[in-house]
Formats: sequence, C-alpha cells, structure tokens
Amino acid sequence: AEEDFSWFDLTEIELLRVKCLPHTLDVLRASSLYTPFHIQLSHKTQRARAHRRFIELLPPESRNVEDSLRVRVSTEQILTLPELKANPFRERICRVFSTAPERDSLSFEDFLDLFSVFSDAATPEIKSHYAFRIFDFDDDGTLNKEDLKCLVNCLTGDGQDTQLTSSEMKQLIENILEESDIDRDGTINLSEFQHVISRSPDFTSSFKIVL
Amino acid sequence: MSRTPSFVLPIPEGRESSSQDLSPYDESIVHDSFHQLIQEQSQRAEAESLELQEWPPRDKGGGSQLHGAPQEYSSATLRILANMPSRTIGRSRGAIISQYYNQTVKLRRKNSRPLLRDMSRSARPSIRQYDLEFDLTPREEEEKRSLLVEELQGLTITQRNHMLQNMPLSLTEKRCLRQDIYIRRGRQRCYQISQTQLYCCSHLKYHCIIAFRSLWYGLLSGLYALKPWRYSLKQISGQFGSSVLSYFLFLKTLVSFNILLLLLLLPFIVAVQVAFPPTSESSNFQSFTGLELFTGGGPFTHTVMYYGYYSNFTLNQPCSSHQSSDHCPANAVHLPYNMPLAYLFTIGFSFFITCITLVYSMSRSFGKSYRVGSTLGVHAITVFCSWDYNVTQKWASRLQHDNIRTQLKELLAEWQLKQYPRSVCGRLRQMTVLFLVWLLSLASVLGCAIAVYSFSEFMHENHEIRTETISEKLQEARLLVLPLIVCIINLVVPYFYNVLAICEQHDSPVLEVYVAICRNLILKMVILGLLCYHWMGRKVKSLEDQCWETFVGQELYRFMVMDFIFTLVDTLFGELVWRLISEKLKRDRKPEFDVARNVLELIYGQTLTWLGVLFSPLLPVIQVLKLLFLFYIKKISLMANCQAPRKPWRASHMTTIFITLLCFPSFLGAAIFLSYAIWQVRPSRNCGPFRTLDTIYEAGKVWIRRLEEASPSVTWFTWIHQNLVENTFFIFLMSIVLLVAIYFNIQVVKGQRKVICLLKEHINNEGEDKIFLINKIHSIYEKKAVHQ
Repeated sequence: AEEDFSWFDLTEIELLRVKCLPHTLDVLRASSLYTPFHIQLSHKTQRARAHRRFIELLPPESRNVEDSLRVRVSTEQILTLPELKANPFRERICRVFSTAPERDSLSFEDFLDLFSVFSDAATPEIKSHYAFRIFDFDDDGTLNKEDLKCLVNCLTGDGQDTQLTSSEMKQLIENILEESDIDRDGTINLSEFQHVISRSPDFTSSFKIVL
Repeated sequence: MSRTPSFVLPIPEGRESSSQDLSPYDESIVHDSFHQLIQEQSQRAEAESLELQEWPPRDKGGGSQLHGAPQEYSSATLRILANMPSRTIGRSRGAIISQYYNQTVKLRRKNSRPLLRDMSRSARPSIRQYDLEFDLTPREEEEKRSLLVEELQGLTITQRNHMLQNMPLSLTEKRCLRQDIYIRRGRQRCYQISQTQLYCCSHLKYHCIIAFRSLWYGLLSGLYALKPWRYSLKQISGQFGSSVLSYFLFLKTLVSFNILLLLLLLPFIVAVQVAFPPTSESSNFQSFTGLELFTGGGPFTHTVMYYGYYSNFTLNQPCSSHQSSDHCPANAVHLPYNMPLAYLFTIGFSFFITCITLVYSMSRSFGKSYRVGSTLGVHAITVFCSWDYNVTQKWASRLQHDNIRTQLKELLAEWQLKQYPRSVCGRLRQMTVLFLVWLLSLASVLGCAIAVYSFSEFMHENHEIRTETISEKLQEARLLVLPLIVCIINLVVPYFYNVLAICEQHDSPVLEVYVAICRNLILKMVILGLLCYHWMGRKVKSLEDQCWETFVGQELYRFMVMDFIFTLVDTLFGELVWRLISEKLKRDRKPEFDVARNVLELIYGQTLTWLGVLFSPLLPVIQVLKLLFLFYIKKISLMANCQAPRKPWRASHMTTIFITLLCFPSFLGAAIFLSYAIWQVRPSRNCGPFRTLDTIYEAGKVWIRRLEEASPSVTWFTWIHQNLVENTFFIFLMSIVLLVAIYFNIQVVKGQRKVICLLKEHINNEGEDKIFLINKIHSIYEKKAVHQ
C-alpha cells in the first residue's frame, strides 16, 4: 500500500497503531523513528547505539524511551562524552547542533543529527556546511579575521605559550585570506570555504567521529 | 584626481534599429530624451560633487580592499552587508530552504531546456527572480517552505530522499518537511484511523514485520561487531591519528588480497591434491626438528606446500582399459581433473584477478585523493582541514595541537623563504649537498647489490661442494645465511638513509618523505631483482636433475620467515630500546612510528609472496598468518612505546602512493618474474605437474591442440590466441589507442585548469564591483547622516 515505505521503515504513527510492543523492542522503536530518509547513519544499529549512549547521559529517572525522546540534555553533560572531551571545538559543536532557543541543550534528535553529520555516510557538502558553521564563532554567516583568529587559537592550544605570536598570526591570517577570499571582501563566505575544502581530500576522513 | 563625470554617448547618425518600429523621427525623440536624462544625471552628480578615485594598484600581498574599513561603516551599511546573499546562506534557515528549493526546481526541470525568459542576464543569484535569499521574515519563510514541499512532492522517491538527506537542516525540520509532504499527498486519512479500526490481518502484518525487523537488526549488529579489528582501529586512530591508522588499514588491505589468492588456490589446487595424494613418491620420513620451521625443508619438502609434490597427470580419471588395475580407485564419482592445466590456469587466473583488483583500487584511491589545484592554498587547507576529529584522548589532542602549531610555523617559514629566495651561492650549495647525498645512497645500493651477488655466488659454490665433515643439519642451516644477510641490509641501510636525510635540508617536509620512500624502494627492488636473476639463472641450471622449483619455493619461504623475525627484532629492540634510552636521557620524546618505512616492509613481504606463489601455493597462508601476528605486535608496541609522527601527513595522498607502489614495482615485478618462469624456463624433469613439458606454458598449448582434435569447431579459440595474444600488432594497436586516450585526458585537465583561472578572475572582478557598491552605499548613508 505505502509504496515509499519499505519493509523496514515504519513511522512513529504506524507503530503507535499496534497495540502491544514487547519491552525489549523499545530501543528498536526509538531507532525506527528516524528512517534513513532523514539522516545518514547507515546502519540502524548505529542509531540504536546512539540511543544507548544518549540514555546514559540522562538522569536515572528518565531513562526510558518516551522520556528520552522528549528530554533535552545540557551541554555540560554532552561534553563529558569521550568522543568530544578532547575536541577544541566541542562547545561550538554543541551550540551549532542545538535547536533550543538558548542553544545550550540537545535533544535526542539533535544528538542523532550531530553523529550523522560526523558519520562516514554524510556527503562532503553537508560536512563542509556544518564545519563552516562551527568555525563561524560569531554566527554572522562569514569567517572574518576575528573568527579566523579564534580558530587558529583553538587549533594551537589553550595555553599562552602554545599560541602563535601576534606577527605570525597576522601573517597567517593574511595568507589565508589571500588564498581563499576570492572576491576580496575581507571575509570568507560559505562558497569560498567549500571551495577550499573541496581541494583537500583528507577533510572527509578527518571530519569524522565514530561512536 | 577629481573630475566631473561627463557621459557622452556616441550616437551614430543614420543607424537603423531593426528591432523597433519607430520612424527615424521618433528615434531622434527617444535619443533626445535620453540625452536629456543623462544631462540631468550629470548635473546632479556635479551637485553632489562625486569624486572619481583612482583604484589603488592591486599588489600581491595587498590583502583585501576593505581592511580597516569595517569599523568605519555605519550601522545601516553593516545591516545591508549582513543581509548579502553570500552571507545569509551560511547562517539562516530560510536561506537554506530557498537554496534547496532552487536546487529541487532545477532537478525537476533538468531534462527540459530552460525557457528563455527564465534566463537572467546576470549570473548573480541576488538579481534572479526568485532567489532572494535575505534573512526571510517568518511569513516569507513559510511561503518558501510550502513551495519547497510542493517541489519535493513532484520528485521521485529516491530523488526526494536523496534531496532530504543532503539538506543541512536539523532533524526536526526534516521530519516536519516529510510529514508535510505526506499530509499533502492525502495521507491524512492514515492519521485519522483510530486503533479500534485495525483489522486483525493488518495487526498480524505488523507483528510479522516487527519480528522480521528484530531478526534483521540482530543480524546487522552481529555483522557490524564481526568487522575485524574495529575496536583496535578506533583505539589507534583515537590515540595516534590518521597517519598511523593508514599503516594498519594498508595491512588490512594486504590481508584481503592474500585471502583472495587463497580462495582460488586452496579449493582448486591444494584441496584436490590433498584428496588424491601421489602414491609413487617414496616418502622418506625425515625427522622433524625445529630448524625446518625456518628452512622450510625436511619433512615439508614432499608435502602439498611445494611445487614438487603435485602430480602431472589427470587425477581421478574413470577406470579405463589403458590403466592398470591398481590405479583404478573405487570411488563412485569419476570427474577427471587435469592437474597441470588446473595449476597453470589457477595461478594465471588468480594473478589476473589480483591485477584487476589492484588497478581498480588504485584508480579509485587516485580519484578520491587527486584534486586540481590541491597544492595551492596550503595555509587555508592546513587551518581548515588539519584537525583530526577521530582523536579522543587528551594527551593525543595535545600532541595534535603541537603538531599543528609546528606545521603552521613551518609553512610560514617556507612562505617567508619564498618571498626572499636564497642567493645563488646558497642554492648552489644546496644542489651540491643533494647531489652528494644521492650519489652516496646510490653507491650504497650498488655496494649492497654487489655484496649480495658475491655472497650468493659463494654460497652457491659452497653448496655444490658437499663436504663430509659438515653435518646435514649445519648444511641446512647454511641455507639461512643468505636471507639473513639480505634482512640485515634491509634493516640497517634505511637507518643510514635517515641519517643522510638529516644532512640535506629540503624545503618542504613532504618532499623528505618522498625521497626516503624512493631510496628504500630502490634498495629493495634492486636486491630482489638480483635474487630473481640468481635463482632463474644459476639455480635452474645447477639443479636441473633435482627439483629446482621446490628449492626456489623454499628459498622464498626462508626469506619470508627471516623477514618476519627481523621485523619482530626491529619492533622490539628498535622501539623498546629507544624508548628506554630516551627515558634515561630524560627527553620526553618517544620514538616515532615511521609509517613510510613500515609500509615499505609490508610491500616487500607481499612481493615475496607473489614471487613465490607459483612455486609454493601455500605461501599466502604463511603471509596471512604473518600479517595477523604483525598487526597485534605492532599495535602493542605502538601503544607502549611510540608517539605519532610529527611531520604533516596527507593521509589519502599517501594511501594512494602506497597502493600505487604495491601495484607498480611490486606486483608488476612479480608478474614479470612469473611470466618469465612460465614462458621461458624449462621445468625440472623429476617433479611437479609440468615435468614432461618444455615450458609450463606448453600445458595450455597441448590442451588447446587436444581440444582442436576433439572438436574442430573450437578453432576460433586458437585463432584468438594466435592473432591477439601472440601477435604483436594487436598489442601495438592497443597501446596506441591507450596513449591517445591519455593524451586527450591530459588536454582536458589542462583546459579545466584554464577555465578555473578565468572563473577566478571573473569572481575577482565581481568582488571589485561589490566593494565599489558598498563604498557607495556607505558614502550615501554618511551624507544622509550629515545632512540630517
């Protein structure tokens, strides 16, 4: 009847129509909500694994399927994940993927979104789009010199002695703008960023977090 | 320089405007009014006293025109700047929606030619009709969204899913979009059906579906967990990054190549021979001492491991009157199996399949890693793409910070050097140093080659003279000396090359890696070539009445075992001892994992396997076991002793190089050796499946002749063989065609590069337009502010 639902993808609505579901299939149900049309986590097992990891972050009283789909987890909790703990861009990542008004908490859908963009199956266009948003520290849609300065400081480390000197920083930012700012307006917009990324074949394999 | 603008239109008299229906009189009226308009404008311009500025000359290091300007812009200007389409696409949802709406429209109308009125004069998206990508107000956004939903409904299912998947929107929005699509398509009725209206068969249907799905999920998760070494690889990439990971991935690739070989060799050659062991061999029961594991001789000689064991007749032939009664097995199934033919064809076919797989993976890897213009813009690429998100340990990410900082400093230093190039003296000095170092390394290669050659000659002569005083066991052990010498050379000389590389100072660290790989490769290939010559030339002649193929197979086995032992020694002593020494000396730099050297050792081992497959069909088994052990040993040593390499490492580029090296010197050399052994060398008389023939290839020829005699309709096969394979004209023609295709492709790439340059110029010019307009806006707003 529904020609575009394959055997393996039932929506939430359909599942709610069936009266009783065995308890062990709860995770199944949660992972089946997000059919492959939406996200690129290629194995449904990966989605189930993501759900398991998300549930671990919740307080013990809301560790069931229904609550996990409604509750939001604060950024501090997400930052305790081992995959994100050592990443200098972790706060930016949480901010970009959060759909809360104050951008400080993630729901399960945001969580899935995060790991689907960082998975193997996401296209380079999506990855570069989100990378741009992560690097855009002031959220204005372009990378200006301040953004680039913050970016380089994130890359080189936190301490005072690990950062580049101011003259080196200035020269580096000038070189970056010279190489990638094609229309010479002093900032790097999304298209220019994607053009730079397309020249580096390693980006797709390094912009990857595996659960 | 300021002057009032004067617009003077050259109005040629008597011009016919064919597109208009006006009479000449009317035309002049039009021109008159236009002229008037222009005059008004110029007067106004004079009144506003616009100044025409000369454009500052564009210099190379000049940066942007706007530097320093943004702080001076008024808020109104900044607001307009922020709303520019190129900036809104990076941040606003409405802009993304409208952009994907346009893409969907284009997708739907792909096949039909676009109508002329849809083509706008300008390519700028902001001027085209429905591409206004401002920060849309909520109402506009809703409109755009409904338009997008409509367009998506018009696509096919796969296209729609693909489109949805590739949109950089959040999951909630995609789900809402999808629901809207289905609601619009009249699925509303689905959501209104209550539970009580479920019929029992659809209830059952859902239960079945869910049960099947749980089975399927179980299977998928089982398969995923079975993926070999998944956790180890994640651990390694988490701690050491993608450069060290590429070594282990390459190891995995080699294991899969060997398993591919085994899948063909085991059932078709080994299993059959094991099922029908040759009865005529007088198996002398040699005692098994531990030495045979290293030399491959002794009780292993007359086993299925070596060429000499295989029969040269058709196995399992049905009982016929030609044969004596004791050859007639009592089996029920009588499928004749022509052993020599099977041997030849299986080896040939497995090499063919390996060649195809190698070339395919090489071309795929090349396609992924080659980008036009990838050597430009290193600073931007380093800053944007060099952080490896796989890294999960705190200390590893600290190391990455250090590495990136070093890399950036090196890039800046290189750039400075390019700005102020070295003097002629310095360059001359660098050239001489380079020349000397290369001379030294080539001389060392030559020296090693001479050493190996003379030593092999010496061993060969010694082997001939069997003295009674030396025991059998010692004579067997003496066979190990040549592999020992070769392995020592392979171990020590690369360290020597490392020392040499410190003396010469290359401008770029990437070049250093290439040079090191090149030298190591030359050394290994020269030595292997020499050994092959030695075997084919000397050993064949001297061991003619014995089984020289088994001997060569045993030699290769010995080489492989020695290589494995020396790799173990190198890992344990090289890395462990270095770490202890560096701890003693209180330097906190652990030894680095030298990826290039280790990968070359893997390639060397694989070359040995491919060289020996003809003479020892079980060699891939040894290689697989060796690789499995190596994985765990290297991993343990890595975790305990090493740190990630400090030099920058372009992972996909280097992976392509490794696969190319595996294909070209390694596999090609093995294939040449194999072809020579099959086509030119005379098999030994006493053993093996080809003992009665002149060359191994003759087995195939004999079979074709028998086929021709049996059924004359198969002559096309021989015709193909004669005219296509043995005739050189066809191969010549194919090479010409290939060269022409390559030439065309090179020209296409050159043309594409030119187009890229032109487009960059075009964007440059547009950028200048943009700056001009921004400055104009700013001046207008300023004047307004001043006048108010």
